[in-house]
Amino acid sequence: MAAIEVDGLVVRYGRTVAVDGVSFAAEPGEVVALLGPNGAGKTTTVETLEGYRTPSSGSVRVLGLDPASERHALAPRVGVMLQEGGTYPVLSPVRALRLFASYYEDAYEPDELLALTGLADVATTPAKRLSGGERQRLSLALALVGRPRVAFLDEPTAGVDPAGRIAVRRIVASLRSGGACVLLTTHELGEAERLADRVVIVDHGRVVATGRPAELVTTGEEIRFAAPAGIDVAALGRWVGAPVTEVGPGEYLVAAPATPATVASLTAWLAEYDLPLADLRAGRQTLEDTFLRLTAHAGDDEGGGGTGAHHRAGGRGARGGPRTRRRHPSGSGRQRRRP
Amino acid sequence: MSWRALRAQTAAEVRMTLEQGERLLVTFLIPIAGLVLFSVVPIVATGTAHRVDFFAPSVLALAVVSTAMVNLGISTGFERSWGVLKRLGATPLGSPTLLASKILAVLGVEIVQVAVLGAIATGLGWHPHAGIAAGVGAELLGTVAFAGIGFLLAGTLRAEVTLAVANGAYLVVLGISGIMFPLAKLGGFAAVARLLPGAALADALHASLGTGASVSAETWIVLAAWALAVPTIAAASFRFE
Repeated sequence: MAAIEVDGLVVRYGRTVAVDGVSFAAEPGEVVALLGPNGAGKTTTVETLEGYRTPSSGSVRVLGLDPASERHALAPRVGVMLQEGGTYPVLSPVRALRLFASYYEDAYEPDELLALTGLADVATTPAKRLSGGERQRLSLALALVGRPRVAFLDEPTAGVDPAGRIAVRRIVASLRSGGACVLLTTHELGEAERLADRVVIVDHGRVVATGRPAELVTTGEEIRFAAPAGIDVAALGRWVGAPVTEVGPGEYLVAAPATPATVASLTAWLAEYDLPLADLRAGRQTLEDTFLRLTAHAGDDEGGGGTGAHHRAGGRGARGGPRTRRRHPSGSGRQRRRP
Repeated sequence: MSWRALRAQTAAEVRMTLEQGERLLVTFLIPIAGLVLFSVVPIVATGTAHRVDFFAPSVLALAVVSTAMVNLGISTGFERSWGVLKRLGATPLGSPTLLASKILAVLGVEIVQVAVLGAIATGLGWHPHAGIAAGVGAELLGTVAFAGIGFLLAGTLRAEVTLAVANGAYLVVLGISGIMFPLAKLGGFAAVARLLPGAALADALHASLGTGASVSAETWIVLAAWALAVPTIAAASFRFE
């Protein structure tokens, strides 16, 4: 039996569609990351699985149960870390953990969790005086108290310092090795890549891709370049001898290794038509490429020719060497304009 | 319902009340200061043989208002805004146990209040009349009514608004319930005030513990009506998020 099953989930708030037909499943012992920009519907999906929301249509099952109507039966076996809040500011970690431990039949000892989450030094400090990262880790520790079979971690690494990230990784790994299913959300690609066995990329309430991080990133060697939008990719493809696609307005992908011959033929064709070349990159895709490619279209459509796919334009010229990350879609979110 | 969870949650609720300065201010300091000041200094004509005979029942009423409405309302309101109530909803604690623990915590704090205020009043020369049973009954009904008001505020308003409204209501109750001075001094407004739970609670305590008179049926009806109506409305309108 799958630990988590989401089937055609739709959640509406009034006239807003927050989740628009999401389906995926997760097995015991598997770590799945819901990856997507802010407002993609990640939290709504997770909160439906936690029993806080009911589907407008479609269904969700956690350990075979309906999380909203069978919450009472499910609660002892599920751990929840909310995106924010959820802890008493006046309680110290040790008191909060002791209190939460009283709710469960077979709870972890507070000391074990304090050590696991690296909070032993601040065990008696009221939560309101903890740093943001420490509060996140307390929230994570509270999600683990009842030895959950399924853990929902909403943005567990948001605002967490490097030590906290390591703690999160350690905890997720220990949950997985204990056979628990972990569903976490993140808008940080690196975290999804590091933490998850499988990534479900969501945008605008829909699943746009799913797979192991490795599957999502290695689609083979390729060449990417930026040029004016709307060039004749069919003609160009015939010329260079490999399929060319316009992945975003003015952003192109050539499905061929960046051999000197291919690059030369590409630039020659562009020169022939007097088309400026804004950016040229070769190499393998990263998850970031996949993510940006998959989530760029919808935003651009709605944003009226938004800035998404043009971010590499700007006359930096051809660049074939190791790529630097120029834009990291973390922190305050992506720079792309959204409606 | 798990007894272990109920016990731990109740203990945590009581400790969180007794450990915080601003909560102690409203639950203990103001009633104690009021009792001592007004009983010792002749500020208000009470119409009783000893001023403490009036003010001891008064502060016992005030204790219920402070704990059941102000403290419970404000703390629950902030727990809601901090996401604590939401988070607890995902634990096996369950809202019936949480509610029970909050009520037990209110009663526990009230027992301490009654003990402390009763001891101080006795020290000031108060001899409670024999209507202890009626007094306890009034305190319980008052607790239910004012806890209902606290939950109603906490479950519908933003925490900051609950804070302001609960504290404001505390002052209003203090002023127009026959707690600071006999209700008769309000003149024509007294008839309206008598329909409010604060005046009914204070009246019941003044009668049962202060003068030894029997509590009027009208007072019991008003108190019981509030105790029934407000928690019902609060339960129907409470939002956890």
